[in-house]
Amino acid sequence: MWSFSEIANGIDEWLRLHVSPSLALTIEMVIAGVAVIGLFAVLGLVLVIMERKVSAWMQIRIGPNRVGPKGMLQSLADTVKLIVKEGMTPDGADKLLFNLAPFVAMIVAMLLMAPIAFARDFQLWDLNIGILYVSAISSVTVISILMAGWSSNNKFSLLGAMRSGAQIVSYELSAGLSVLTIIVFTGSLQVSDIIHSQADGWWLFKGHLPAIVAFVTFIIAVTAETNRAPFNLAEAESELTAGFHTEYSGMKFALFFLAEYVNVFIVCAIGATLFLGGWMPFHIGHWQGFNHVMDYIPSSIWFFGKTFFLIFVIMWFRWTFPRLRIDQLLNLEWKYLLPVTMINLLLATALAILGWYF
Amino acid sequence: MFLIDYIKSIWKALKSLATGMKLTGYYFTHHREIITQQYPDNRATLHLPERFKGEVVMPHNDQNEHRCTGCTACELACPNGTIKVITKFELSPEGKKKKAVDKLVYHLELCTMCNLCIIACPSDAIVMAQTFEHSVFDRNELTKILNHPGSKIMEGIE
Repeated sequence: MWSFSEIANGIDEWLRLHVSPSLALTIEMVIAGVAVIGLFAVLGLVLVIMERKVSAWMQIRIGPNRVGPKGMLQSLADTVKLIVKEGMTPDGADKLLFNLAPFVAMIVAMLLMAPIAFARDFQLWDLNIGILYVSAISSVTVISILMAGWSSNNKFSLLGAMRSGAQIVSYELSAGLSVLTIIVFTGSLQVSDIIHSQADGWWLFKGHLPAIVAFVTFIIAVTAETNRAPFNLAEAESELTAGFHTEYSGMKFALFFLAEYVNVFIVCAIGATLFLGGWMPFHIGHWQGFNHVMDYIPSSIWFFGKTFFLIFVIMWFRWTFPRLRIDQLLNLEWKYLLPVTMINLLLATALAILGWYF
Repeated sequence: MFLIDYIKSIWKALKSLATGMKLTGYYFTHHREIITQQYPDNRATLHLPERFKGEVVMPHNDQNEHRCTGCTACELACPNGTIKVITKFELSPEGKKKKAVDKLVYHLELCTMCNLCIIACPSDAIVMAQTFEHSVFDRNELTKILNHPGSKIMEGIE
């Protein structure tokens, strides 16, 4: 049975046979980069059409249904339109920062791809502080948003960027604390360790109440961190036209748009890794027969299945819940999520020390 | 006490959010609830809601009789002068003079489909029709006379 890790090892061996080790490493890096960019493009297309279809069905509509079979090529047509459009730079804008900001957003998203395990033994970089790396890099996103808002020389953009800054900085806290809950259970920041610790059951089930509370708070916090409705105050169509990307058009806007969806994918992948076992199949304790049947499903399908399930949940949030006002948003974080996650972390630590988890 | 209220408020919030998600989840999985109609494609099978308001018409029965008494209640009720009732006097068989409608002029181009004339009408002579494809090349075609030529009032309508 072929798998992603076997393909990667095959390419690696073939390259090492034919070229020098350093050149082989360079070529592998290029392949990895191209693969990540390819994944981004596919994700952008798939997630946009998914979002539109999910929203349509939740609002009792049909959704895109003209381009391609059942409208499935709609996002491709939209992309072509965005590529053809002119990417304008306003006269009063800070040209360098204005043009740099979308690329910063994309680069952050690309950096976050590094420690994610897509399948069994298929990971770009299994560094020993994987989760810390993710939470550190993901807070750089706010720089690109502030950059875009400030350099646009536009009140709406600046207001949107400032709101987004307040929002991301505050929600980073409860996201970090709920991630810590799982780190407390596993005792390791390495992504592969975290996944292997879930071989006999996912943390969502093994960790009792603290894991469930951490999962719920994590989902809420990352929804806010990716600036999606009901927390989309940075964009706020009705008040700030489009927030920080008001002045952006064409491909530069598309990069922000793509970065948003890729960020949604990444946070859902992290959530799937921490709480739902990443590529680990669904195992129940010591039921050997059941576990063997589950092992026959390829690990990449498990990973993408879980990730897309979480993406669906976040879309479900978006198309169900009413938007929050900025004061309600900060209330929710500082008066509810943060105290809850702190007490939850304490509880999880007690459970971990006493060894009361499965 | 404060802590109990705090936990209660969290529980209430989660419960109400779950209620909302249950409804959207139901719609997501039940596609036959979809109310969108792909209009130009389904022209033959178009289904309009019962209370859809397209234009004001005056129904006539097969003897070319309508129910309008020419009382001008609709004209008075109309907020933007869409309806103009031109009345005439008819001689009844007993030789008495009686007011009746000559022409009920209806300007579709001014109508906002507010339904006030239908509510005002004491004898239910006018109703809202479900037609909506009103575009014409000449604006004059939008001025309509609702009572058919040669029509008269139904028996027993006062």
